[in-house]
Amino acid sequence: MEVNEQIAIDHGLKKDEYIKICKLLKRIPNLTELGIFSAMWNEHCSYKSSRLHLKKLPTKGKKVIQGPGENAGVIDIEDGDAIVFKIESHNHPSFIEPYQGAATGVGGIMRDVFTMGARPIANLNSIHFGSSQNKKTKNLLRGVVHGIGGYGNCMGVPTIAGQTSFDSSYNGNILVNAMTLGLVKKNKIFYSKAAGLNKPVIYVGSKTGRDGIHGASMASASFDDKIEEKKPTVQVGDPFTEKLLLEACLELMAGDSIIAIQDMGAAGLTSSSIEMASKGNLGIEIDLNKVPCRETKMTPYEIMLSESQERMLIVLESGKEDQAKKIFDKWNLDFAVIGKTTNTKNIELFFDNKSVAKIPVNILVENSPMYDRKWKKSKLPKKNKINRTELNNLKIKDVLKKILSNPNICSKDWIWEQYDHTVMGDTIQKPGGDSGVVRVHGSEKAVAATVDSSAVYCWAHPITGGKQVVCETWRNLISVGARPIALTNCLNFGSPENEENMGEFVECVQGIGEASKYLNYPVVSGNVSFYNQTKDIGIKPTPTIGGVGLIKNYKNMVTMSLKDIGNQVLLIGKTEGHIDQSLFARVILDEKKGPPPEVNLFNEKNNGETLLNLIEKNYIKSAHDVSLGGIITAISKMCIKGNKGIKLNKPKYLISEIEYFFGEDQGRYIIEINPKDLKDVANILNKNSVHYDEIGTIIEEDIVINQKTKVAIDELRSYNTNWLRKYMA
Amino acid sequence: MKSSVITFPGSNCDRDMDVALKNFGFKNKMVWHNDNELPKSDLVVLPGGFSYGDYLRCGSMAAKSKIMQSVINFAKSGGLVMGICNGFQILVESGLVPGVLLRNKYLEFICKNVFVRIENKDNPYFKNLDKEVFEFHIAHNEGNYFCTNDQLKEIEDNNQIAIYYCSVSGKTDEKHNPNGSLKNIAGIFNKEKNVLGMMPHPERMIEESLSGEDGSLFFKNLLNNIR
Repeated sequence: MEVNEQIAIDHGLKKDEYIKICKLLKRIPNLTELGIFSAMWNEHCSYKSSRLHLKKLPTKGKKVIQGPGENAGVIDIEDGDAIVFKIESHNHPSFIEPYQGAATGVGGIMRDVFTMGARPIANLNSIHFGSSQNKKTKNLLRGVVHGIGGYGNCMGVPTIAGQTSFDSSYNGNILVNAMTLGLVKKNKIFYSKAAGLNKPVIYVGSKTGRDGIHGASMASASFDDKIEEKKPTVQVGDPFTEKLLLEACLELMAGDSIIAIQDMGAAGLTSSSIEMASKGNLGIEIDLNKVPCRETKMTPYEIMLSESQERMLIVLESGKEDQAKKIFDKWNLDFAVIGKTTNTKNIELFFDNKSVAKIPVNILVENSPMYDRKWKKSKLPKKNKINRTELNNLKIKDVLKKILSNPNICSKDWIWEQYDHTVMGDTIQKPGGDSGVVRVHGSEKAVAATVDSSAVYCWAHPITGGKQVVCETWRNLISVGARPIALTNCLNFGSPENEENMGEFVECVQGIGEASKYLNYPVVSGNVSFYNQTKDIGIKPTPTIGGVGLIKNYKNMVTMSLKDIGNQVLLIGKTEGHIDQSLFARVILDEKKGPPPEVNLFNEKNNGETLLNLIEKNYIKSAHDVSLGGIITAISKMCIKGNKGIKLNKPKYLISEIEYFFGEDQGRYIIEINPKDLKDVANILNKNSVHYDEIGTIIEEDIVINQKTKVAIDELRSYNTNWLRKYMA
Repeated sequence: MKSSVITFPGSNCDRDMDVALKNFGFKNKMVWHNDNELPKSDLVVLPGGFSYGDYLRCGSMAAKSKIMQSVINFAKSGGLVMGICNGFQILVESGLVPGVLLRNKYLEFICKNVFVRIENKDNPYFKNLDKEVFEFHIAHNEGNYFCTNDQLKEIEDNNQIAIYYCSVSGKTDEKHNPNGSLKNIAGIFNKEKNVLGMMPHPERMIEESLSGEDGSLFFKNLLNNIR
């Protein structure tokens, strides 16, 4: 087939991109070459709309071993240990085929982590669905949860935390973001940079089939009415093969025969081979007849663009082939020498002894398009006038019931009980807490991880929203007693070609950058997912942040469950009663206007660090950050988890009870302390200028809100735990 | 005391079991599925996981592994063989214990703490335990025990039911049956009681910081019984 402009456009390339290709090559590409360009130059692989802005994120720090640009980020957790982690989206495939889409998302991110030599020790996920009223939601949710569980459980990696939200803006485009943490010795990290001439290029893992061809291009386009036709672009996962691949790779990595290794993720053999060559400033030559294929008569085009899962590409030291092959034979995996590194700086493909593609690597990588897209600045919305009489007429108990049973607040145990969260025997905080925590196997240390996003805040004011998500994950880590180290981000947005959506992206990134810089909490890895929209309607901007922190001695970990009757409960941080954009405003008042709560980075840092100090001094019996649903929601969850009640003091402020209890001011935590420590704790808080209130005392079995209102803990629990189970039944 | 844990392709609780056994004083060896002979052992454990990806039927392909002939001979000669979760499925598939394990009743993977009641202590696994109800952890998709009426009569007559899912106070009823198992059966012995298959994972409950500590009681007692 002769390539022309129309064929290029059918491959998702723009007209001027096609012209650029012809100019750079000084000829018209053949179909295989065009396929390679389309795979490398789509949004998913090239970051052409986002690169310019991502450069502004802080990516360095004392604990950062590897920032963005590798398969995953790496941070130092002392004693020669390092944590490798990253989050990635699998949104488009999961909407088309929820089970396989979600499963391969989990498989892909785990591969990114063990490619670097790390054994995966924890999975997390952030999943977002349309309104619970939408007829597709239930099946999508079930499919995604089964898919995540199906893959992670079989791999034997615990899923320790996650986030699930429902919002009608995801009706036609759900989000599935998967994150993995792996543990590696600092001196045994593997990178994707090829080096040396005539080194064998090895293919290992599953055979290549026709599945997933153009997956990355599909993920770079919007959905229209024809999504059913896109099912063949979704890859099919085989977690059993991945488990074997993990063990085989780690066994090979124990030796010193690997020069570079790269998993075949999006755009399969194309992007993995080109990336290794590009980083090593080398050429690469591949004989496509040697690629193990699952189907007969596959063409060079299909082999290069297949996104079959569970495959890796390795550049090996010469002469180590037999030794390496033995390991893969033991694990019953394919092993084939398919090419070699060259000094030509070209990627050259052979098929049936003929050269079928020859492209200078730098054209594909350095010359890939980069766009400074037009974007629209957003204004901070004006504050809503609150009708206090209306608020005062509300019954707190009724409101509390509605909030605790809201799909975005309710207990997600139906979901996480389907994920093996205890395998590997190191999970010390399971899902449902502020962060998941796993011990660093065989040591006193533990690693905490959390994922969060706040699409509503980001939609109302992207800069504030971007800051807020970073701070929320920071608080989640501190609440379990972990010192935050670094974060990974998954930036889910609408079309970059739409000025408003692009503006949301630019400003959310700005907010993320400001907060992570201020908190010394750098971005070490991430992923951008654009075109999350159906027809012309984009999703609410949803940057998902995954935070990782370290607990030096796991015995000092804190949980949110209330511990002992008679203990005192304090609220750290100032309460102003910010109702705009709160869950209360949306659910009870049906009000969508106004600014999100302000994020004061000084207070965030100061409050968080002071709390860590209190935790390290062993004053804190339980802790929980205050977020969606305000103080009363946070306290209710602490009561439910600890099976204890609380007698709340009358708020000292002039704001109404509703604003006090349901407002979503930032930078706040609820902590439990022994009354004998009150003086010491108060001293430390005062010394650090941290505002606090004594808000209540732990009692046996009711939450006593005021003289007229109390709710039994069992009743609270039924509000919180019933909704999702009933919905999915 | 010497123990062996078999690693099949897809096993993923083999390390956890190794850690637990060593923690309580066993000298444990990891044994590859493709080996011909078991090392000298006082206890052989088939660990949890997804041997052969659970393809075809859970445990069916692992039951035909090379090492299994040696395990079967070891069991037939009275050696202690314990299968946990996928290991239980392998025992069922290899015929070392009766019955089958179907997909969970609600068709969903379940990972949570449950209570189990031990009724019969006249065996090397539970002898000398000083309580009946234990908090254990389950994590499986196919733990719904089933057998024919004739088999059920036989295993009941022979006291082969090892543990039942139950409430915190030991009550066995539908409400405390997580996966639809016949009679709330969570674990079963062979006729001679030297082979035990059970769904719960005691190896995940060996420290206060983990899901609980009842697994420690089980392993300590097991070591003493074998000694």
